[in-house]
Amino acid sequence: MTVQPEQISRDGSVPVSAPAIEVTNLVKAFYDTSGDRITLAAADVNFTVRRGEFVCIVGPSGCGKTTVLRIVAGLEQATDGQVKIGSAASPAMVFQEASVLPWLTVAQNVAFPLKLKGVPANEQRARVSELLALTGLTDFADARPHQLSGGMKQRVSVARALVDNRDILLMDEPFGALDEQTRLVLQQELLRIWERTGKTVIFITHSVDEALTLADRVLVMSPRPGTIVADLAVPFERPRDVVELRRDKRFWDLTYEVWRLLAVSPEH
Amino acid sequence: MSNQYSLSPAQIERLKSGARREKLHRMISYFSPLLLLLLWEISSQSGLIDRRFFPPPSSIAGTAWQMTASLEIFDHIWATVQRVAIGYVLGAAPGILLGLILGLSTPIRRVLGPIFAALYPVPKIAILPLILLIFGVGDASKYVIIAIGVFFLMFYNTLGGVMQIPQIYLDVARNAGASRYQTFRHIALPSALPNIFTGLKLAAGSSYIIIAAAEFLGARSGVGFMIWASWQTFAVSRMFVGIVVISAMGYFTILLLEALERKFVPWAKH
Repeated sequence: MTVQPEQISRDGSVPVSAPAIEVTNLVKAFYDTSGDRITLAAADVNFTVRRGEFVCIVGPSGCGKTTVLRIVAGLEQATDGQVKIGSAASPAMVFQEASVLPWLTVAQNVAFPLKLKGVPANEQRARVSELLALTGLTDFADARPHQLSGGMKQRVSVARALVDNRDILLMDEPFGALDEQTRLVLQQELLRIWERTGKTVIFITHSVDEALTLADRVLVMSPRPGTIVADLAVPFERPRDVVELRRDKRFWDLTYEVWRLLAVSPEH
Repeated sequence: MSNQYSLSPAQIERLKSGARREKLHRMISYFSPLLLLLLWEISSQSGLIDRRFFPPPSSIAGTAWQMTASLEIFDHIWATVQRVAIGYVLGAAPGILLGLILGLSTPIRRVLGPIFAALYPVPKIAILPLILLIFGVGDASKYVIIAIGVFFLMFYNTLGGVMQIPQIYLDVARNAGASRYQTFRHIALPSALPNIFTGLKLAAGSSYIIIAAAEFLGARSGVGFMIWASWQTFAVSRMFVGIVVISAMGYFTILLLEALERKFVPWAKH
């Protein structure tokens, strides 16, 4: 089974209501030849994401949430099940660790997908400076990655994922390695960018706080083998203020609810 | 930046002096080998070491001056330099290319890897007679023997560099829609560049070892030939001139490569 982005969209016959991402009965297992053992990473994962929706997936470490995202991105093959992408372009990805290419400057990193596609240099420049402005990196255009803080590097990753304007953005714990304060700042900026660009987003995190701050819906995964155990709507109005949100009683009620789900998830 | 703080001239001066110190340290590192020469001069002049075998650098310098004035030395240097340069390029280019290809393609690595692994341990000097037999005593055999030595060093260093590419860089390229060639050109090559430069420096050193040996055996010119001919006539000073010259050639080659490395690998620490 493979992800086939063109399947339903290139011919223009997609109903407007068609989901942006539809994952059905997804199974991922690994076979370890040396120990002759099979490890089940994700078992029967089902979910859909509507166009323009911001969905967070939370789950304990090792529950297979990153694996699911990588399958949706087309970076890994599923063992069984289906992933349907309702978009002409394959999803863009923002990775967990520092994925900024060290031999390129900030501007060159952001331009990377455009360069691969052979976009003319002047168009590249215009688009890149637009994204540098959007992500607050204009002053760092010519900096090298090793001169940047962790937060700045993740801004570069976000800018690079947005630069070729794909509809779907997959984010794999992009702020996981950052300190709490930087994280809040970047969450606020991500919300601002998302509101402006209207992307469909799947955002993986193990932080319940982060999920509730960002998402329209939170999917809760069980420990390995991961499966979706709850699908919670997050009712906060937009635009959101990541700090003010914490004064809302519903924020804490939801936090409690998600934690309860994570805590009672059956161990396999 | 909302703070309206600007650096004082003293603070700016402190910043700049750090940079100047760094520059000075780099200059010092160019000249540190001269210290060894000074020690030798003193030991030889004072009779601490045997003058017949270790004439003082000042007397070697006299010989060097005569050879320079007669332009004789330049013929030897030029012969050696062009043999090394041609052999080096002939070996490095395929070494880098195959290192990249085998590093990126597991099937090709499985098929060809063992062949290179089996050939690598053969001492390059051991096959010199065979090379001389096949390519004759002219310059072609020198190019070939150097190219063989350089090839393996470049191949293994490049391969090692490609094998160490963090998976995440390959994922980034794939997610951005990179073709196989684009992954090769825009991810594998730059990722392996620091290792490639390590290989280039090692290969430069071993090129001079190989050329010296090759010129001992089958040559009528070159610094290696000059050293060998001096041994036969017990012209110890001339021999030392040859040793110093070939060492200096290696040294300046490494300096050149380091300058290139700073230019092409600006993201790595030096």
